[in-house]
Amino acid sequence: MNLGKVYSEVGPLLIKGMGVAVQVTVIALAIALVLGMVAALMGLSKTPLRFITKAYVWLIRGTPMLVQVMYIYFAIPQLLQFMGYNVRLTAFDAALISLTLNAGAYMSEIFRGAINAVEKGQMEAARSLGLSQGQAMRKVILPQALRICLPSLVNQFIITLKDSSIISVIGFGEVIYQARIYVGRTMESFATYTWVALFYLVVITALTQISKVVERKVRI
Amino acid sequence: MTAQIVVKNLHKYFGKLEVLKGIDIEINKGEVICVIGPSGSGKSTFLRCLNRLEEPTDGEIVVDGETITAPGTDINKIRRHIGMVFQQFNLFPHLSAKQNIMMAPLELKIKNKKEAEEKALELLDRVGLSEKADVMPRQLSGGQQQRVAIARALAMEPDIMLFDEPTSALDPEMVGEVLAVMKELASMGMTMVVVTHEMGFARDAADRVIFMDEGIIMEEAVPEEMFTNPKNPRTSEFLNKVLTT
Repeated sequence: MNLGKVYSEVGPLLIKGMGVAVQVTVIALAIALVLGMVAALMGLSKTPLRFITKAYVWLIRGTPMLVQVMYIYFAIPQLLQFMGYNVRLTAFDAALISLTLNAGAYMSEIFRGAINAVEKGQMEAARSLGLSQGQAMRKVILPQALRICLPSLVNQFIITLKDSSIISVIGFGEVIYQARIYVGRTMESFATYTWVALFYLVVITALTQISKVVERKVRI
Repeated sequence: MTAQIVVKNLHKYFGKLEVLKGIDIEINKGEVICVIGPSGSGKSTFLRCLNRLEEPTDGEIVVDGETITAPGTDINKIRRHIGMVFQQFNLFPHLSAKQNIMMAPLELKIKNKKEAEEKALELLDRVGLSEKADVMPRQLSGGQQQRVAIARALAMEPDIMLFDEPTSALDPEMVGEVLAVMKELASMGMTMVVVTHEMGFARDAADRVIFMDEGIIMEEAVPEEMFTNPKNPRTSEFLNKVLTT
């Protein structure tokens, strides 16, 4: 129960774990932003491509993150092996893939909502000047949509960072994984998980503050 | 000489609702046409068909000799020559007044940055807003926003300007400044089609007034005749209502 003593032992492990969690989250979010935008534009198009987006979002939203992680780490490699391919994913790969796919689906919904929230007259005004659909999207709609969805995006960033803790189940060495090993050895549940919670609070508070500054900067 | 805009048997359905029931009209170069009529008469839909913001269900529209309703028409190219001004202004809120005007010529690579900026400043001067070049739309009054919107449309150097109730969303004291810009434009020989409730403007600036109701052109006449001696009973009924209030 001695917070100070526990910190001196577990602190470095948690810092290392948080570093790994932040690292995989940042990479996943960067890819998910692109994936989410592509999926959103496909979903809004009147082509059959929109069904791909619908299926993707349906699949991710309809299954728990935990199942998605298990599926990517254990199930798909087994399937591939059965088909004659020998694919071995590291825990990091699986973490990256599942976080990316998961965040991408939610971001595509965020982008779709934001694009739809831009007034209809904006597209009409741009088109009436002779801009194509794509030009109007790029120069007029997206700059406004991105401002609209910034708070939701930040929210998704936070959720993804927290979701990265789920990946401890496949032995990915992030914060919870480090904490569980330490608790298993020392039985210091209270102190250890108090430090884990504080770690997340500090990182997420910092992230929220940064986002507030960004929001203020891009306000129209 | 053939007319600049020829509309033949234009029909438009929204689902099962027939909003335009066969519009035929020819508009000559430099003509100012005011379209009046009760709300729901189809006048805005008619206007929006002229640059195909609404897709006509049936009929033909020819602009400068080109059938814009033909399949395979590059409507984006045609829209460059047809400016449009909206009731709600629709300025791009993330761009300053000047950037609003520069955006299309730059994006469509019609002008380089320097030319586009010169043109934008010239147009802002023309609509009396030189000092507002770097101001964002939300800091402008409704009348100022609409004047910037007119300048934005003019930046593409159109041959035709469409106005969709350009003063209907304005506070009364700002209507005059917008109409003044439109009158100046009319006097310079711009072909204009104006859907409006401003009967004063129609009387002063229009070459021809069109009265629409229930999806058809009920009557068309020069302003004096339309306002003093309407032929159609529906026209006089409508004019009585709008002119007495």
